Amino acid sequence: MSTPSPDVMPIATVLERSRNSSRLTAWLLCCIAITVLLTFGSLVIGTSSVETSLGWIFSPDAQSSVVLWQIRLPRTVGAWFAGALLGLAGGIAQGVFRNPLAEPYLLGTASGAALGVTVSLIAADASVGGLAWAARLGVTGAACVGAAGATLLTISLSRGVVQTRSLLLSGVVVAFLLGAITQLLLLTKPEIWRTMQIFLFGSTGFISWSSAGLLGAVFFISLVPAALLSRGLDALTLGEDTAQSLGLSLPALRLTLLGVVSLATAASVSQVGVVGFVGLIAPHLVRETLSVNHRQLLVAAPLCGGALLQAADLVSRWVIRPAELPVGAVTACVGGTYLVLLLWRRSRNG
Amino acid sequence: MGDAQRHAGPPPCEGGSLAALSCADLSVGYGSRIVLRNVSLDILPGCWTTIVGPNGCGKSTLLRALAGLEPSRSGTISLQGRRLFSWPRRERARRLAWLSQTAAATDLTAAEVVALGRFAHSGWLAHRQAEDDAAMHRAMKATGSLAWAQRRLTTLSGGERQRVHLARVLAVEAPVLLLDEPTTHLDPPHQEDVARLLREQAHRCGVGVVSAIHDLSLALTADRVIVLGHRGVIGHGSIREALAGDWLSSAFETRVNVVEHEGVHLWRPALDAPRGA
Repeated sequence: MSTPSPDVMPIATVLERSRNSSRLTAWLLCCIAITVLLTFGSLVIGTSSVETSLGWIFSPDAQSSVVLWQIRLPRTVGAWFAGALLGLAGGIAQGVFRNPLAEPYLLGTASGAALGVTVSLIAADASVGGLAWAARLGVTGAACVGAAGATLLTISLSRGVVQTRSLLLSGVVVAFLLGAITQLLLLTKPEIWRTMQIFLFGSTGFISWSSAGLLGAVFFISLVPAALLSRGLDALTLGEDTAQSLGLSLPALRLTLLGVVSLATAASVSQVGVVGFVGLIAPHLVRETLSVNHRQLLVAAPLCGGALLQAADLVSRWVIRPAELPVGAVTACVGGTYLVLLLWRRSRNG
Repeated sequence: MGDAQRHAGPPPCEGGSLAALSCADLSVGYGSRIVLRNVSLDILPGCWTTIVGPNGCGKSTLLRALAGLEPSRSGTISLQGRRLFSWPRRERARRLAWLSQTAAATDLTAAEVVALGRFAHSGWLAHRQAEDDAAMHRAMKATGSLAWAQRRLTTLSGGERQRVHLARVLAVEAPVLLLDEPTTHLDPPHQEDVARLLREQAHRCGVGVVSAIHDLSLALTADRVIVLGHRGVIGHGSIREALAGDWLSSAFETRVNVVEHEGVHLWRPALDAPRGA
């Protein structure tokens, strides 16, 4: 039997079929499979000499059990959530700014969050790692304020969000400025300076169960407004005026979504430092392999981002083993190269 | 609004019926430049009005201002007897639909774009009801865009895209339609289809339709015309009034020849006559 023509199909069916969801499902399953593999991989690989084989995971001795359950598992779970948050933030930012290069790192959002973390840690006279729950929440809150402030600063500097080059330039300027302020502040605290350097460069090494829990909680909280407002992001692709004429309140939509981007970035930065480019690459990978609307993108990009950061974490532990690279360095190398390729391709296509 | 109510509207363009959309002493400008000065218009329900005028005279600006997208310097706009901006946002969007000049290319599919036209009805949760589906189906069928309902807009031609956006605007089923050059990118037979569609919307459904149209012959098939010149509104009235007063020549500041052939008004290019003669 041939498929009925759209003329006789109910419009609801047409609407559903207009998205090839089987491909999306396959894609998501693939992401999940990779995540599971990476999780196992990161349980086996590490600086400690206890590891031997996969069998070790299932029957560890007492000391290995601690390494496994208190260090490696929270680390890889936390890395997944942090990457997922960045993927979500990038997906939303690219939609809200209608600019494919918008992402927390390039917008300066991440630097703002890092400044927030630094200020709150200095004020509380504490260092990252081993923070209590309440303190973690406080640090994340400060990071959120910093993230939102930095994003607003970038937007006002670039006078609009559509011009890619001016947005990029403003983001770089803001990131540079806030980074310098962060460094100056840290100079007043030489005792935490070294730890903070490693942390701010992006490190999954500080993740404990409580930080993984916080990352997970923020992720699920952020998903709700993201899913609800995804239709607004779809409408924005038709142009701002058209979106407005459809009955959307653009300022409210933008403000809410920027809030979500700030929160997601802040949570991620407050637990794993400034990890760049995951928010850029994850939505791009989705869009290059699938045709998606924003509801689908905001599911797929986090899954992709989570797997990406887990992979980067694994690489950072493996490349110069038994020593460890900061995970931010790995993502910066890969992401920077990707950005260059992207810019080159765009300039060639006019 | 139910179907019965839509069809029970006043007969086309009857004088004295309450304006669907009106503006009084409307002035709009960008920076120090005033584009429209003290414009007063009544858009009647059940009537198809076209806006004609030279490039840059403010046709788009007028439509955007009437749609509430351009802040006005002074003057008031009323939609169905109530100040435009005092309507709650979504209720306003249900009563007034606007089509932009540029048919945006997006990665959304045609069906998804048309579904966005029902946003003012179905809201954030996108809970579509039978009437939403029916409106979408009617709009896509009327514009002939059902055939590519499942395709992404980036894969469609300019004309096809234009018709999808037109379907999105029709799907709102608003009593007032403002369309900025709905016939651009379309081949002549499809321009004709769109013109017929707009007239049907006005005459059969009682919608107040306003469209900016470049093609003078096509524009003169409407019920009424608003003629804009660089110095403001030249006139607003029936086609007959416009031709009798030679508003077009005043607006374009050159001789515009319109001939009548079997009851149809046609613009005739006169290449041999000296300009402005």
